[in-house]
Amino acid sequence: MSTLVEVKNLKKYFKTPRGLLHAVDDINFKIEKGQTLGVVGESGCGKSTLGRTVIHLHERTSGQILFDGKDVSDLSKHELKEFRSHVQMIFQDPFSSLNPRMSVSQLIAEPLLIYKTSKSSADLGKEVGRLMDTVGLARRFANSYPHELDGGRRQRIGIARALSLNPEFIVCDEPVSALDVSIQAQILNLMQDLQDEFHLTYMFITHNMSVVKHISNNIMIMYLGNMVEFAGAEEIFKNRLHPYTKALLAAVPIPAIIEGRKRQLLTGEITSPIDPKPGCRFAARCPYATDICHAENPQLDEVLEGHFVACHNVKEINQL
Amino acid sequence: MSQNILEIKDLFVQYSAGKDTVRAVNGINLTLEEGESLGLVGETGAGKTTTALSIMRLIPNPPGKITGGEILYRGENLMEKSEAEMRKIRGHEISMIFQDPMTALNPMLSVGDQIAEVIRLHEKISRADAMRKACAMMEVVGIEGGRAGEYPHQFSGGMKQRIVIAIALACNPSLLIADEPTTALDVTIQAQVLELIEQLKRKFNTSLLLITHDLGVVAEVCSKVAIIYAGEIVEYGTLKHIYENPSHPYTIGLFGSIPNLNETVHRLSPIPGLMPDPTKLPDGCAFEERCSQACEACGKGVMPYVEIEPGHMVRCIKFAGKEC
Amino acid sequence: MLSTKQDASLSQDTISIGGHGQTKEIIGRFLRNRAAVFGMVVVLFLLFCAIFPQALTQYDPIEQNLRDRFAAPSAEHFFGTDEYGRDIFSRVIYGCRTSMEIGLISVAISCIIGVVIGAIAGFYGGITDNLFMRFIDVLMAIPNTLLGISIVAALGNSIPNLIIALSIGSIAGYARVVRVSVLSTKGTEYVEAAYATGASDFRIIFKYILPNCLAPIIVQATMSVATTIMAATGLSFLGLGVPAPTPEWGAMASSSRAYIRDYWWLVTFPGLAIMTTAFSFNLFGDGLRDALDPKLKS
Repeated sequence: MSTLVEVKNLKKYFKTPRGLLHAVDDINFKIEKGQTLGVVGESGCGKSTLGRTVIHLHERTSGQILFDGKDVSDLSKHELKEFRSHVQMIFQDPFSSLNPRMSVSQLIAEPLLIYKTSKSSADLGKEVGRLMDTVGLARRFANSYPHELDGGRRQRIGIARALSLNPEFIVCDEPVSALDVSIQAQILNLMQDLQDEFHLTYMFITHNMSVVKHISNNIMIMYLGNMVEFAGAEEIFKNRLHPYTKALLAAVPIPAIIEGRKRQLLTGEITSPIDPKPGCRFAARCPYATDICHAENPQLDEVLEGHFVACHNVKEINQL
Repeated sequence: MSQNILEIKDLFVQYSAGKDTVRAVNGINLTLEEGESLGLVGETGAGKTTTALSIMRLIPNPPGKITGGEILYRGENLMEKSEAEMRKIRGHEISMIFQDPMTALNPMLSVGDQIAEVIRLHEKISRADAMRKACAMMEVVGIEGGRAGEYPHQFSGGMKQRIVIAIALACNPSLLIADEPTTALDVTIQAQVLELIEQLKRKFNTSLLLITHDLGVVAEVCSKVAIIYAGEIVEYGTLKHIYENPSHPYTIGLFGSIPNLNETVHRLSPIPGLMPDPTKLPDGCAFEERCSQACEACGKGVMPYVEIEPGHMVRCIKFAGKEC
Repeated sequence: MLSTKQDASLSQDTISIGGHGQTKEIIGRFLRNRAAVFGMVVVLFLLFCAIFPQALTQYDPIEQNLRDRFAAPSAEHFFGTDEYGRDIFSRVIYGCRTSMEIGLISVAISCIIGVVIGAIAGFYGGITDNLFMRFIDVLMAIPNTLLGISIVAALGNSIPNLIIALSIGSIAGYARVVRVSVLSTKGTEYVEAAYATGASDFRIIFKYILPNCLAPIIVQATMSVATTIMAATGLSFLGLGVPAPTPEWGAMASSSRAYIRDYWWLVTFPGLAIMTTAFSFNLFGDGLRDALDPKLKS
């Protein structure tokens, strides 16, 4: 197995009237070919910004992005277009990510037209038809418009577009969050089938814990721009080491009757990501916080094999 | 046996959309006992919100219209109330929490004023007393009373939802309808809000109708569950009935669609297909074309609503003693 | 709903890239709006009058006939005659041509300039936006009528000068409408999605942004035909517009002011014509706005 995407010390800051917003702060990770990295966190933790920065939809503030071993941190206009044929994105909201003035077939043909991959319009039609079959979209919808279709079908259009250029890497930004559960399962299964068939590598961004566990090989937990924990999907659910991960997973409502269930509640205010002071950003809400947590940034350490945690007190809390 | 606070009998609601008629709610029967919490679970377009708005008599007319049935609140038919009588009931007897806390608050009024306004609508007290009560209400939902003079944009999403809850509970209603109260919130905040709803329910003995698509949330808060599909209740029972013995094929499908945190499955087993178009509902069972166990008898007539164990109702022909 | 054409594509290996046409849907929605259809019929009639005035009239609009001065409306002269014995009906019909010419041409000019300015300002933002919009602010700071009066006074009374004066005055409106809708379209996820597939700026402006801004532009243009015609008649009323003896509604109303007590028809019919035109264009524009609803509600 080889590494397809590697990110080193990636930072993305936004200028706001109140100061610098640290949306993504010093993130490192690798994704192996054919695997899925799940990125989890609550709204405003920078997970979407991270995904967009990796594929150059946002320009990074600093850091390095490697794709298939090549440094793609800085790209010329021409190189960027070439890069974008290898990486694609599936968007959260299938209601707003499709141009309402284009029909289904036009939407799917668009990337093919931009890269002029088809020689004739018959070829193009054939290719669009094949893509529609691949994502399970009936051909009778070819001339329909997005607003005439339901959320599940629209998301299939989004997936067909993302697949059209045979990309290697797809950033999926909450691709099933806007869908009903029964449709959500259909789309998740489709995405897994496509991954197997085309050896796709996914970066799967979501706030839904059960979905991310289901689809990911590795999981990264983000809190206010920082990576707080990184491990294999099974491992992270078995050994929740960071206090935030513990709270996050405990808060997920489980659709089953569990006797004596008690909620573990977080108290305290969420720290502002604008010009943050040094110290752990979770310290204000952390039940285990000590003095050092308010003073120094915790480093990401490999606490167990392949299991990274950024917490000063991880050993004490978990009795390791 | 405790008294029924709410009874919905054979409710039908339709919306007209141009030439078509959307049959949003088709003969719903539900009862809610005093102090009980009922989870109404279904997908987008299943008729959950329409049912809630019917109870409040807030269906926009036109295009919507309640075409049949009655809604009894403490034995009185809300359908026969005048608009003035309904206004007294809304907020005072029955309150509703809407999904999106961002749009449910007036950005031009301080949150204290918004809570006080509801109190003054239903109780004859002075402005200062209402404000004092509003501050007390904010403390109840866990926000400092001193922040009453602040405006909605100064609060986070979770706090706004608490204020919405404070407004809903300000007049101590007997029935609270919560329409997806935590869907727009993050999980850690959702846990706080659910905890709050539960505490308040215990404290004031409020009955709760919780509308959601999330079976997890229902398991945490409710004691009874009703599953709604295409405007019909397809299964109804206690939490134990539904979660340990789900019987309607749709309910089983819903559980199969959710990835389980505690088990690993390689593939999910989703329900194939889509909910039928509510303007063209098929004859017979609305779930028939997505159902793996459907047979010829499912395609005609009204599906029987069978009690398969005491208090556990399923709308499926499979349980009516007919062979499929 | 499926058309037979779509069914045909099912059986084929390849599919034709295209849509079943939203135009049909839009026309359908428009036709359901009775007021809008009424407006459109009147607008079409006015256009017909403007193009073929001779088909409806038997008199020359500028031919004087002093024997027939101040004739009351009759079978011979539907709207009567004026102080020079000219047939008012003919003058009103021919006046339609003048008004339409001024209205449509100046709307076209201001629309094109305004759209270009607004699109550039909205799409590129930053300094470009600032420069263009401050220029627009300057334009907006001058009252339209005053601007019109000054331009016509400086360049002289003629139809082309009137058109120039009116066009400059209404550029600002278009620029602002277009800039705002470009800004909101630029922020949508589908434009971001287009960037993610590698589409060029040019493609994004012409395939994604402008088509989605078209509706407000069309509506604004239709509505401003009415205001422009009103402004033109206003300037003519002041004697600064169309030079005599060209038939023009504003000038007709103005010159007949003196006779309003004795000969009501002189001022009434041009007035009614102005009103009908403005009213029908507004109805038409309102109907278009509803039909082109950008949310594309089905």
